[in-house]
Amino acid sequence: MVTIETPRSPRNRKSANREKWAWLFMRASGVVLIVLIFGHLFINLFTGDGIKAIDFAFVAGKWANPFWQVWDTLMLWLALIHGTNGMRTLVNDYAEREGWRKSLNFSLWTICILLIVLGTLVTTTFDPCPDTSVVSALPQFCSK
Amino acid sequence: MPTKPTGTLYRGKTGMWSWVLHRITGLSIFFFLLVHTLDTALVRLDPAAYNEVIATYKTPIIGVAELGLVVAILFHALNGVRIILIDFWRKGAKYQNVMFWIVVAVAFVLFLGFAPRHIMHILEYIQAGK
Ligand code: HEM
Ligand code: HEM
Repeated sequence: MVTIETPRSPRNRKSANREKWAWLFMRASGVVLIVLIFGHLFINLFTGDGIKAIDFAFVAGKWANPFWQVWDTLMLWLALIHGTNGMRTLVNDYAEREGWRKSLNFSLWTICILLIVLGTLVTTTFDPCPDTSVVSALPQFCSK
Repeated sequence: MPTKPTGTLYRGKTGMWSWVLHRITGLSIFFFLLVHTLDTALVRLDPAAYNEVIATYKTPIIGVAELGLVVAILFHALNGVRIILIDFWRKGAKYQNVMFWIVVAVAFVLFLGFAPRHIMHILEYIQAGK
């Protein structure tokens, strides 16, 4: 059930403040994301051979430069938090039952955090020359 | 008799449609990003598996979907600027309608600059016989 507070009820300061910061974050992150995402698409889809050129070696070439590691990590954090917070708005608008709304929002933020952790590990621990000896660590039945 | 609402920001007309489009594009980009973070993570697990998955990005069907993704990004980003101007610029609300058409026009021009090149890359990939 969605409850509407009576018009004169005092505002809940804490949640009003949180909404204000979320609102500001959407705008601030949006401005930065324009640069990050347009730059990402320009380099990966437009310059050189575009999509045709993308493979492991392409990524290794980019992440050999800390500039692109920082670029991608920042883009990852901002896009995921911005997107998840935007999805929260949609859930709050369309999920009518309170329990359903809460669990959807909980799932969204859980996914957001997991992907941020995963993506950050990927950009920061990337190894352009992965250890080929792991192949020999496979169980024997793999080599027919 | 209620009269037809005119010139409001949120009912009918560009004010409402820009909002609908902003929602749909934001939602679509979000789902793309979920998949995209996972496919990029393959880079840390297995180079060959990454190459295989990223090769699907070069096929005609996904290639066309990428055109759609770029349209979504262009609209969402530029309309995001329009929203920010409506919020912070004194005359933002007054010019929201003009700004909507500027957003559409700029997105269209940028798309025209991008699409032929992307289509060319996809066609070349097919010709390479992959
Ligand atoms: C079809 C279009 C796209 C292609 C071909 C593409 C390709 C790639 C590639 C090759 C990488 C590896 C690193 C690098 O090159 O910088 C990457 C990483 C990344 N991309 Fe994209 N990208 C596309 C669209 C997008 C969009 C629209 C977004 C944002 C919403 C995005 C967000 C990211 C993020 C956050 C990373 C870093 C992932 C991580 O930290 O693990 N990409 N992308
Ligand atoms: C490219 C730069 C971007 C800009 C300038 C931008 C701007 C904005 C702005 C100003 C809002 C409105 C927030 C509000 O009403 O309080 C918004 C909402 C939203 N954005 Fe973005 N955004 C960008 C990228 C993204 C990306 C990459 C995603 C997905 C991962 C995304 C997903 C959403 C969603 C789902 C909403 C909620 C829509 C709604 O409430 O109807 N945006 N964006």
